[in-house]
Amino acid sequence: MRKIISLAAGISTAVAMTATGSVFAAGTIKIGDINSYTRLPGHTVPYKKGAQLAIEEINAKGGVLGKKLELISRDDNGKPGDAVKKAEELFTREGVALISGSLFSHIGLALTAYAGQKKKLYLAAEPLSDALVWAKGNRYTFRLRPSTYMQAAMLAEEVAKLPAKRWATIAPNYAYGKDAVKAFKEVLKAKRPDVTFVTEQWPALFKIDAGAEVQALLRAKPDGVYNVTFGPDLAKFVREGKLRGLFKGRTILGLLTGEPEYLDPLKGEAPEGWIVTGYPWYAITDPAHKAFVAAYQKKWNDYPRIGSIVGYNAMLSVAAVIKKAGSTDTEKMVNAMEGLNLDTPSGKVHFRKIDHQSTMGAWVGKTKLKDGKGMMVDWKFLDGKNYLPSDAEVMKRRPGK
Amino acid sequence: MGFYFIQFLTGLASASSLFLIAAGMSIIFGVTRILNFAHGSLYMLGAYISYWLVTTLTPGPLGFWLAVLAAATVVGLVGIVIETGLLRRIYQAPELFQLIATFGVILIISDITRFIWGETDLVGPRAPGLDGAIEIFGHSLPEYDIAMIVLGPLVLGIIWLIFHRTRWGTLVRAATQDREMVGALGVNQAFLFTSVFFLGAFLAGLGGAAQIPKGGADLLMDLNVIAEAFVIVVIGGMGSILGAFLAAVIIGELNAFGILVFPQMTLVLMFAVMAIVLLVRPWGLLGRPEAVSRAPGEAPEPPLQRADKAVRCLFTATILLLLLVPLFSSDFILVILIDIFIFVLFAVSLHFIMGPGGLVSFGHAAYYGLGAYGTALLVHYLGTPMEFALIAAPIIAAIGALVFGWFSVRLSGVYFAMLTLAFAQITWSVVFQWNDFTYGDDGILNIWPSAWLSSKTAYYYFALILSLVCVYILRRTLFTPFGYITRAGRDSPLRADAIGINVQRQQWLAFIFAGAFAGLAGSIYVFSKGSVFPDQVAIPQSIDGLMMVLLGGVKTLTGPIVGAAAFTALTDWLSSNEVWFWRSILGAIILALVILFPQGIVGFVRDKFRPPEERG
Repeated sequence: MRKIISLAAGISTAVAMTATGSVFAAGTIKIGDINSYTRLPGHTVPYKKGAQLAIEEINAKGGVLGKKLELISRDDNGKPGDAVKKAEELFTREGVALISGSLFSHIGLALTAYAGQKKKLYLAAEPLSDALVWAKGNRYTFRLRPSTYMQAAMLAEEVAKLPAKRWATIAPNYAYGKDAVKAFKEVLKAKRPDVTFVTEQWPALFKIDAGAEVQALLRAKPDGVYNVTFGPDLAKFVREGKLRGLFKGRTILGLLTGEPEYLDPLKGEAPEGWIVTGYPWYAITDPAHKAFVAAYQKKWNDYPRIGSIVGYNAMLSVAAVIKKAGSTDTEKMVNAMEGLNLDTPSGKVHFRKIDHQSTMGAWVGKTKLKDGKGMMVDWKFLDGKNYLPSDAEVMKRRPGK
Repeated sequence: MGFYFIQFLTGLASASSLFLIAAGMSIIFGVTRILNFAHGSLYMLGAYISYWLVTTLTPGPLGFWLAVLAAATVVGLVGIVIETGLLRRIYQAPELFQLIATFGVILIISDITRFIWGETDLVGPRAPGLDGAIEIFGHSLPEYDIAMIVLGPLVLGIIWLIFHRTRWGTLVRAATQDREMVGALGVNQAFLFTSVFFLGAFLAGLGGAAQIPKGGADLLMDLNVIAEAFVIVVIGGMGSILGAFLAAVIIGELNAFGILVFPQMTLVLMFAVMAIVLLVRPWGLLGRPEAVSRAPGEAPEPPLQRADKAVRCLFTATILLLLLVPLFSSDFILVILIDIFIFVLFAVSLHFIMGPGGLVSFGHAAYYGLGAYGTALLVHYLGTPMEFALIAAPIIAAIGALVFGWFSVRLSGVYFAMLTLAFAQITWSVVFQWNDFTYGDDGILNIWPSAWLSSKTAYYYFALILSLVCVYILRRTLFTPFGYITRAGRDSPLRADAIGINVQRQQWLAFIFAGAFAGLAGSIYVFSKGSVFPDQVAIPQSIDGLMMVLLGGVKTLTGPIVGAAAFTALTDWLSSNEVWFWRSILGAIILALVILFPQGIVGFVRDKFRPPEERG
């Protein structure tokens, strides 16, 4: 009797799976979408909205290869193991042509390994990890968003022109934080051999003891501080830093700090005068981008975040690659994606053949308070292709690919 | 000099917030013996409600504090709802069963919070009247830090007065020392429990509400504070409020000065301190040895019984069916079933130490994770073949269990649970932060099985057979002298000791034995997914194991198998069909199961079919 229950559980799952499963609608191409929808909704909801907008627009124009695109979304619960399981489900049960999405770097890497092993196409939309296209890169994985290295290099280039010589860093103590500090030091040292790094602080992710960390930075008397903390850690860091006078008379850099996801929650507390990478959607005058913002606001009654534009561009890339390949065969799509060019609201994007990184750029500017909220001013758009290491260096970092 | 003074004050301010997080949990545990995992959720609710009050009313300095108190009161009322609506119904269930209920509550509160306040992080407004900084020896200190430094001891003082100057407080202290005696003397226990839960929840809400000027409210804070709360409660001594304060000060100051010397050690430090304190003073700084539990209805369990014919037939039928599955089902069903096999092995190994061993481990993921990481590191650095790595994994896990177990079995009950948790967290911190060796959060990738197992079907049979054999060994062991001695040690340590059994050594051996099988489960998992990440060592992994065992029925042998299968299948099925709210649905189902089957699913079924004299 006892066993019946476990049996029943197994069978009912099996039945439920097949029952709700693949009904291949004629004339649609399914795109698998995996993201941390319940773990980090603040970032993934805008992503999804951007992706859906793109799908709708593409379908309104007749779809791709005469078929409509359909986005099938799954939540990865913030766990790499679950993401891999969902990928498996999407391919075997839903019959998707490829998968895209993910935000956390480690989940992106898990899907990268999965794609390489199963020979399925994976477009990593948002994860930033350098390893994803370099050390752990493979033939079947491409990445859209500018990587940790690229964004750190953009900031390093900006401050190489400034007088600050003594630098301190603060970054969450895990892979992304370490990558971000390493890349920044590498690029800045190359441009300015005279700078020194006086302290490095490594708070635990989302467990920052901000007062104590700020004190530790003050003690080192740096000319500049490079900040990689984000989310709730950033809010605490900014508040303590302001109150304790850390930002006065110093050059402060913020990796990703200008992205609406991180800057907007700070409202009137947003720091002023930081040099940041981010997304000044409100000030971009390019007509294609204006059209994107208008369509987004019309559909969602909300303004776009960085996730939105990445989600939108991701679906444009998917449509472009299927169109170029002329089929949804994985090998053909991979071949088409190597060297794929497309126009997006954020300019031309090129997927490099050498390492599968796209050249999507980022915006670098200064933060300023306007009407009680943080904005980016004096910003410029930097094309991602200028912030990648030389081809020889890339080959070294992407072994055997 | 000035710098160190400021750093000291900063440490005190964070000590106060730590104290507020932990105080309520300590009080609730002291009286009701419930480890309230949902404490972090109550803390989060306090933060959201006070954020909402403060930003909509924009009060003055006095109003701000009133809003904080109001938020805490609302959270206290939520606590009452949880206690009367849920926990009260399952006080008779086996020890720690309430834990699953509080886990269900976490899932539901988290979704409700997201539904009401949305997904964006909320940054708290500064406290009116305390929005600046003051200069001390040329350094700035935020005014609100001073408020926090005052608030901690103030709350401590008020609680002390309530406990020592009111009749209610005297009863609470009495119940903390001997709950049954208080009940026997005619005190209304139901009221006492409810009011204690109110106070505990109120304090959690106060902690969340009071920290918004230093942070804010976000959806991850519920799980982020829970580990800290445990650490403080355990170091201070469970149920001791003064101890919690002392522990908070120690951790707060250690953090403040620790980051100056070891900026990378932020996570490990806290758990290392907890492990050391538990080794030197097993009951925490100001705690008392756990009173012998005389929980009502806790009759000694009847001896374990071998499966009767009907059960054996069912086992055989299930196995036959599982052997046939690949013939007619898709690859994806196999993926889910492989997961189930792995978790069954994991849950059965946890049950071995938890049920028959009588030692509830909160850190079983450590051995699962050691097996997983041991495998991955061997393959990655040494190119070890899969077959060898699979043999090495249980050995590595056993070595870990040998070291951690040696310390842990010196304790019992909830202190044992906490020490295992501390070791698991230390393991996790090392894995998570030691980038150069473990690749930290990036995980270790491309750990695939040998060619002969690379097809899904082959790996399915491999996992099935391995898991079957191991579950059989674990089960069989319970009917060997080794198993009987283990159970003797659980049921009556004194008598076991008197007839010459070295109980501690026996528990230690059982712990190592169970750890080895968990390690093997971890290794099978790595090869099935092709990668390993720190999640496999993290708290949720340990909790999942507990959920599976308790849901299935801790006092049965088949319970963990059913529990693991049901929990895994349910989670997968829900999360594939509903993107946004699957977690609260899961939470609701868990609550329903908990109330309907307080003995676990299999325990319930067995009680239905067995004559009363054989029931556990």
